[in-house]
Amino acid sequence: MYDFDIVVVGGGPAGLAAAIEAKNNGVDRILVIERDRELGGILQQCIHNGFGLQIFKEELTGPEYAERFILELQKKEIMYKTDTMAIHVSPDKLVTIMNAAEGISHIRAKAVILAMGCRERARGAINISGTRPAGVMTAGAAQRFVNMEGYMVGKEVVIFGSGDIGLIMARRMALEGAAVKMVVERKPYSAGLTRNIVQCLEDYDIPINYTHTIVGIKGRERLEGVVISKVDSKKRPIAGTEEFVSCDTLLLSVGLIPENELSEAAGVKLDPVTGGAVVNEAMETSVEGIFACGNVLHVHDLVDYVTLESRKAGKNAARYVKGLLEGEGTIIEIRAGSGIRYVVPHFVRLENLKDELELYMRCDDIYNDKKLIVKIDGKSVKEVYKRRLMPSEMERVKLDPKEVLRKAKGSITVEIEKEVQ
Amino acid sequence: MQKKEMICIVCPLGCQLEVAEDSRAEKGYKVDGNRCKRGTEYGIKEMSDPTRVVTSTVRLKGAYLRRLPVRSDGPVPKKLVFECMKRIAEAEVQAPVRMGDVIIENILDTGINIIASKSMQPLQPLTAISP
Repeated sequence: MYDFDIVVVGGGPAGLAAAIEAKNNGVDRILVIERDRELGGILQQCIHNGFGLQIFKEELTGPEYAERFILELQKKEIMYKTDTMAIHVSPDKLVTIMNAAEGISHIRAKAVILAMGCRERARGAINISGTRPAGVMTAGAAQRFVNMEGYMVGKEVVIFGSGDIGLIMARRMALEGAAVKMVVERKPYSAGLTRNIVQCLEDYDIPINYTHTIVGIKGRERLEGVVISKVDSKKRPIAGTEEFVSCDTLLLSVGLIPENELSEAAGVKLDPVTGGAVVNEAMETSVEGIFACGNVLHVHDLVDYVTLESRKAGKNAARYVKGLLEGEGTIIEIRAGSGIRYVVPHFVRLENLKDELELYMRCDDIYNDKKLIVKIDGKSVKEVYKRRLMPSEMERVKLDPKEVLRKAKGSITVEIEKEVQ
Repeated sequence: MQKKEMICIVCPLGCQLEVAEDSRAEKGYKVDGNRCKRGTEYGIKEMSDPTRVVTSTVRLKGAYLRRLPVRSDGPVPKKLVFECMKRIAEAEVQAPVRMGDVIIENILDTGINIIASKSMQPLQPLTAISP
């Protein structure tokens, strides 16, 4: 049995930023648990650039972004264990870990930061009919094979889903000499960032087939092709529009799911919309002293926002350990109004509101020339004009704590301005 | 006259640009469809001198992974991207490597280097585990 002030589960961008920030706020006994051989998480396989514009004001690759945080962690002498799996977190913050050298051990923590990230939806989650040949895998699995392990996964590629990893892998496979035939997307718009559509697809003349789906997988040993079909407005395949596309590789980029098995075992309440924990302004979950940040909380599109959010979790976990976080007081609910799918955090405890209140949210559709409206108890307190709002791009709104403290009694709502009649 | 449609990627707005050669314009191109002046700059750059940062991997020996991620330390002309990939494919590196080490100097005489984007420790020799 070990004793630590804070145990951070996951050594990716969220865990690294949270651990460093907790240390910066005066907590010394911190342990980071990482299941991979090295720290850095998924950043280590994201060898493309574009990370760090917010945090470092320059464009870094994933491994570079990770290495800066890893060096900082080591400089601050924060302890970490790699090749180690956290297998259980109890509601009273007893963390069970396991590795090959030490077997199973238990750690008693004063606070736990959940930073396990997310995983990809796979073929089983989207029910594509057909055979089960080799060559069908998630885009992220292919990314690890190609960029880290050094295996080229195929020669003729179709990508299903236009999530960012799928788009990035379309370019990567094209650069490595594969024929990338098309990206198939069920919706009429992309699930990824616009700049990825331009720099990953248009640069390489890779077509994207919107409002199409994959209805069949062909091939016995190795994938020989897929059957694509148009879909109607309810995303149902339209009979008679099927078309065979030959390929030896199908990469799936059909969504990410926060990896919350440990959170659930710890009794943490989850939000059915985000798939992550319900948290307050301190990034604290429904279980006192257990915090969550990064993609395990809600899926982000920029790592910079993961870092910012995780610093908040780290700072507040340190406050909690030092007894500076108020557990009681006035609780204000934060609600997603019309046009908004979700807002994180879900609650704010007014007594803890020291810094600005930062709200992260996603909308439910594409909107042009609309105002994002924040209401406190039904009264508008902030209106931000947006030329374009897209489900694929997360929005961030900052509120002045003084204004929230002065006005809020019941709830804060974020909504998109309704159509003017 | 050369004319091209493109989506501006400077910000999330994604303006649909139309960039056309225009001898009367200051920089030789006229940009339409943009909603701010950064769109003009982007459109002209994409038309006259498109560049990209190249990121890839090289063969790595003596480390626990077989690939080392690399990138160009500045943008290279877009038309040279595939030529750069060929040179990168020929390179091989022995661990240890430090982030920022130059892997290929002055690739294709562009003045741009290909650098390591990750540090890699040498593999520790395996020692038998005694029972």
